[in-house]
Amino acid sequence: MNIYVCIKQVPDTEATILVKDGRSINEANVKWIVSPYDEYAIEEALKLKEKVPGSTVTAMCLGPERVHSALRTALAMGADTAVHVECTASLDPSNTARALAHVIRADKDFGIIFLGKQAIDDDAHQLHIRLADELGVPVATNVLAFALDGGKVRVEREIDEGAREVIEMAIPCAVAAAKGLNTPRYASMMGIMKAKKIEIKKITLAETGVEEARNQVRLLKLSAPAEKPQGRTIPGEPAAAVQELVRLLREEAKVL
Amino acid sequence: MANIGLYIELKDGGFKKSNRELLTLARKGGHRVHAVLFCQDVKPYLPELKGIQTVIQVKGADLSYQPDRYARTLAAVIEEFKLDVFCGIYSAQGKDLFPRLAAKARAGLVNDCLSVDLGTRKAVKPVYSGKLLAEYQVEGGKAIFTVRPNVIVVEPLPAGDDPDVKGAAMDGSEPLTRIVDIIKSGSSKVDLTEADIIVSGGRAMKAKENFAVLEDLARVLHAGVGASRAAVDAGFATSDMQVGQTGKVVNPKLYIACGISGAIQHFVGMKTSKVIVAINKDPEAPIFKKADYGIVGDLFAVVPLLKQEMQKMLG
Repeated sequence: MNIYVCIKQVPDTEATILVKDGRSINEANVKWIVSPYDEYAIEEALKLKEKVPGSTVTAMCLGPERVHSALRTALAMGADTAVHVECTASLDPSNTARALAHVIRADKDFGIIFLGKQAIDDDAHQLHIRLADELGVPVATNVLAFALDGGKVRVEREIDEGAREVIEMAIPCAVAAAKGLNTPRYASMMGIMKAKKIEIKKITLAETGVEEARNQVRLLKLSAPAEKPQGRTIPGEPAAAVQELVRLLREEAKVL
Repeated sequence: MANIGLYIELKDGGFKKSNRELLTLARKGGHRVHAVLFCQDVKPYLPELKGIQTVIQVKGADLSYQPDRYARTLAAVIEEFKLDVFCGIYSAQGKDLFPRLAAKARAGLVNDCLSVDLGTRKAVKPVYSGKLLAEYQVEGGKAIFTVRPNVIVVEPLPAGDDPDVKGAAMDGSEPLTRIVDIIKSGSSKVDLTEADIIVSGGRAMKAKENFAVLEDLARVLHAGVGASRAAVDAGFATSDMQVGQTGKVVNPKLYIACGISGAIQHFVGMKTSKVIVAINKDPEAPIFKKADYGIVGDLFAVVPLLKQEMQKMLG
């Protein structure tokens, strides 16, 4: 099966994020990682490859030159090939979906596309579904369990309060991973060495026919939220402190 | 003045309380508001729908949630009633449904909004795990916004007549993505993303059984029970309880963090709580810098006392 995994490179969760010019972030000193949900997507793609003989995993990423390190991570984990859609523009989710769909559609035998359920930078939470819609294939989101069942895909996805929906889809389809789907593997030293030798295929944004000018959603402004003033510690023995806490919650904070 | 559509989410026939936030948002600004409900009988919901112009009741033999059918039905409603802007709740179902609807309706979509200006189609949402706020504008075509629960302050219903009720047909086409079964969680847990009060435990809970201490307090407060990633990874709590970066983003009035150190991964999931209380043995724990009120002490001593005190107060 021709398996695809679409990943996004995002700032590390611990990184301090500062606004640069009102519309973008200061990238100096930012450590870049593969968005955490995308790691579950990579792992599930690799597990599927191990189960279905003759499969290949292609990792894809859209972004500037720096996303090569994200693709190298996917290759080191075990992906066979990587495609970089070169893009320094800021695309909205439907444009991003169009660009990625253009690349995947060129493979008439594409099978299952794995993605993370959302990227932890802009949390737009829609690319997986828009990509599937562009390709005309079914898609399941927030997936916690994945299995091939005959010629079909059977997944479980979390809904409210820990309940799960069981979904069946024909192949080709797209699957968006949630935390809990699997435990992503670490790249081995051999994997890292091997990944260095694989050539990353480059496709320009112009080749996909997508233009930033066609964005439907525009980012107007980035700003830092107002910081909460620091709170206080209630002194005293536990019994007295608890009494005081309940009084404050009722009379000062008025949340009870 | 715009034509606004609202998706009123019904859960097992119940009126989800965040719908009131959507209705509060839409009633402002003098827009024409259309509320869409998938139900066999719309009457029980009409008292909640005062102050808007139209209710669109989607009818059909089978109204069970199938994402493709719901998305196609709503896309047809948007077309038929010429809706410019459509809003819903950023709930578990909303996260699945609205991207599908946006794709079908060729609409721009901004999820998880903290505020929306329906006239200018601008919305503000948290990005970079809440470290920044982003303002977006949907420029061309239709606009869809989903609103984070517990953000908009619900205003009282205006007096007046019930809205006009119009009908729309449920899409009956074959879904590509088919829900074949629903596995219930077995317990009747409070939905954390909509909870008013959450009691959460961290690594210091030490064992799964010890969460009973938090559950006792939660029962008194009608609260949900959450957990930090450390507690989930240690097997003390299930992943659906996880609050934080790779878990749920919650927004209660009161968040009580018990034995949680307050790592950034956890903080980003609960920082917008109106009041944060921290209970921790370690006076140096970072959580105390982020909490409104803190008690330095062993949670196993403090939490039962807190339960008693709350019980006294709430009668």
